[in-house]
Amino acid sequence: MEWLQRHMPKMVLAPSFFAVLLFVYGFIAWTAYVSFTRSRLLPKYEIEGVIQYERLFESPRWEVAITNLAIFGILFIGIAMILGLLLAILLDQKIRTEGALRTIYLYPMALSFIVTGTAWKWILNPGLGIEAVVKDMGWESFEFDWLTDPDMAIYTVVIAGVWQSSGFVMALFLAGLRSVDEEIIRAAMVDGVSTARIYRSIIIPSMAPIFMSALIVLSHLAIKSFDLVIALTGGGPGYATDLPATYMYAMAFSRGDLGQAASSATVMMMVVVAIIVPYLYSELRTRRD
Amino acid sequence: MMLKKTILAATVALTAGAVWAEPQAEVLHWWTSGGEAKSVAVLMEEFAGRGGTWTDMPVAGGGGDAAMTALRARVLSGNAPTAVQLKGPAIQEWYEEGVLANINAVGVEQNWDELLPTAIADHMKCDGEYCAAPVNVHRVNWMWGNAQVLADAGLEMPTTWAEFNAAAEKLQGMGITPLAHGGQAWQDATMFESIAVGLGGAEFFQAAFVDLDEATLTSDTMVAVFDQLRTLRGFVDDDFSGRDWNLATAMVMNGEAAFQIMGDWAKGEFMAAGLEPGKDFLCAPTPGGGYLYNVDSFAMFSVEGDDKIAGQNLLAELIMGENFQEVFNLNKGSIPARLDVALDSFDYCARRSGYDMDVASGNGSLMPSYAHGMALRGAQAGAITDTVTAFFNSDMSSADAVAALATAVKNSM
Repeated sequence: MEWLQRHMPKMVLAPSFFAVLLFVYGFIAWTAYVSFTRSRLLPKYEIEGVIQYERLFESPRWEVAITNLAIFGILFIGIAMILGLLLAILLDQKIRTEGALRTIYLYPMALSFIVTGTAWKWILNPGLGIEAVVKDMGWESFEFDWLTDPDMAIYTVVIAGVWQSSGFVMALFLAGLRSVDEEIIRAAMVDGVSTARIYRSIIIPSMAPIFMSALIVLSHLAIKSFDLVIALTGGGPGYATDLPATYMYAMAFSRGDLGQAASSATVMMMVVVAIIVPYLYSELRTRRD
Repeated sequence: MMLKKTILAATVALTAGAVWAEPQAEVLHWWTSGGEAKSVAVLMEEFAGRGGTWTDMPVAGGGGDAAMTALRARVLSGNAPTAVQLKGPAIQEWYEEGVLANINAVGVEQNWDELLPTAIADHMKCDGEYCAAPVNVHRVNWMWGNAQVLADAGLEMPTTWAEFNAAAEKLQGMGITPLAHGGQAWQDATMFESIAVGLGGAEFFQAAFVDLDEATLTSDTMVAVFDQLRTLRGFVDDDFSGRDWNLATAMVMNGEAAFQIMGDWAKGEFMAAGLEPGKDFLCAPTPGGGYLYNVDSFAMFSVEGDDKIAGQNLLAELIMGENFQEVFNLNKGSIPARLDVALDSFDYCARRSGYDMDVASGNGSLMPSYAHGMALRGAQAGAITDTVTAFFNSDMSSADAVAALATAVKNSM
């Protein structure tokens, strides 16, 4: 009986532990293995070296995808954070309709990226959306054709992504703002410190962990971003808005080039690892202190 | 003596079992939209009419990508469907994985070698023996025109690219979009290969898109092909990005645009709108001619059990049957793969397609469409399409494009 009691938690956790071990880490290992083979339509298991990675880094399309990830990732995370923080600070001024406003800003998060992408596709389409409306109002020379311009199309993905996610960031920051000790703020007020200075020197620095969580959530959204691009631009014009995830999908499912897909998936995972590991490291270290 | 009798009885029983096994077929396909589903239903009925049991396995989505994913899972788990909608080099790719069945007996008995154009029969063979049955022939390099618009402009369907460019400039001057086009990679590729076969001819096409000969890929003719593609870029409207092909067809229908370059499935859109070929809309091979085909077929997978093998053979026989080839293709807008089916009940465009196929087959200029996965494997075709669509959607020079093309092809091997 006592034995059972002692081992019960382990036994209950064991199935899910092994499931995660196999289906997450096992298949990560499998994908990494396949990326070293010449697999085409079906997986093959003879190791052929780094040929898939050589192909990957020689592919102009992959170069576009990686560059896009950098542009999209930095702008999406940066703008969503700044906008989220601004919204949170504005909402933090103890205004009367806060509940309603918060819901409105948070609402886009409830939509799937497919819906966001489709809606913005129509809004940004030069023949249907903003450009057409402004032209109809009489401003004939107005142009806003980023969606169909290969050099600018990736920024439309940023716009839609920011619209979707900044409300969520706002909610995170709002919770953070509220968790700052009221006493410190009041003390600062008594000392005659300006509101801007209170935010800059007291509240925002004490929210560092919230920034970290927001960063982690947003960066994984950015890296795995797939549905937004598919719905908004379909990777086009040409392949100008390809991201690593859409590249991987095209190779694995449309072109029968599993090795190439596996190598791109492995590189994507490396990017995630490069972000997550320092975070975990710092988290674990602070906990030990 | 007793033993011998038992063996004899057992053998008789077994053979009888083989002969009387009820034909079974599980068929994986992605013909799920209206007209296509109707076309498959014809085959289902015929199969049931001959005592077979048809298990339908339609997987919609992604132009067959979803179906291929399902197929991969089935094959890996050792439980392949009896027959799968596959085409072109994909048949050979699956054959090399060692999972296709042999239906040569049916092919020989039904004399397929005589009935099919050689180029198409070769796609159906694995190491010289039949392993797949063709359903239809789509011609890819069609050009569609709005009859009214062209008559108003005093134009005929152009037969050379120079004529086309002149006509397009005239139309542009009249404020009509000369060319309706949807900016999706496969549509760019369709236009590109139509130009290639028109400007370079069948031999050039074969060397470039079947043999992937590097000298041809970087030749002056290829530069000229890209130049013409660049010219066409000037003839499409500003909002073409991401547009679906049927919306481009609608632009031709309502007179917004004059021409569209698209395979014969576009005809179905015109017909569904109640328009008449030759009167309301015109069809002609893309300038410069040539014949690019896209053949749908069913490949037979290795299965166990006499009933399934019987189903496979019956299916192969029915697919190539005259009745199915006629009824199916009347529904689908394509033409029969068999050369001996009379095309009297088909429309003007289909009869033209059939006639041209006969001629092209005779002089060896019947070419597989690379853009629709008939000429090359996925990785190579994809590499070419990537370059073409990047060129079409940027201001890359033609010289840079051929260099990029050769590099991309090499890198895809």
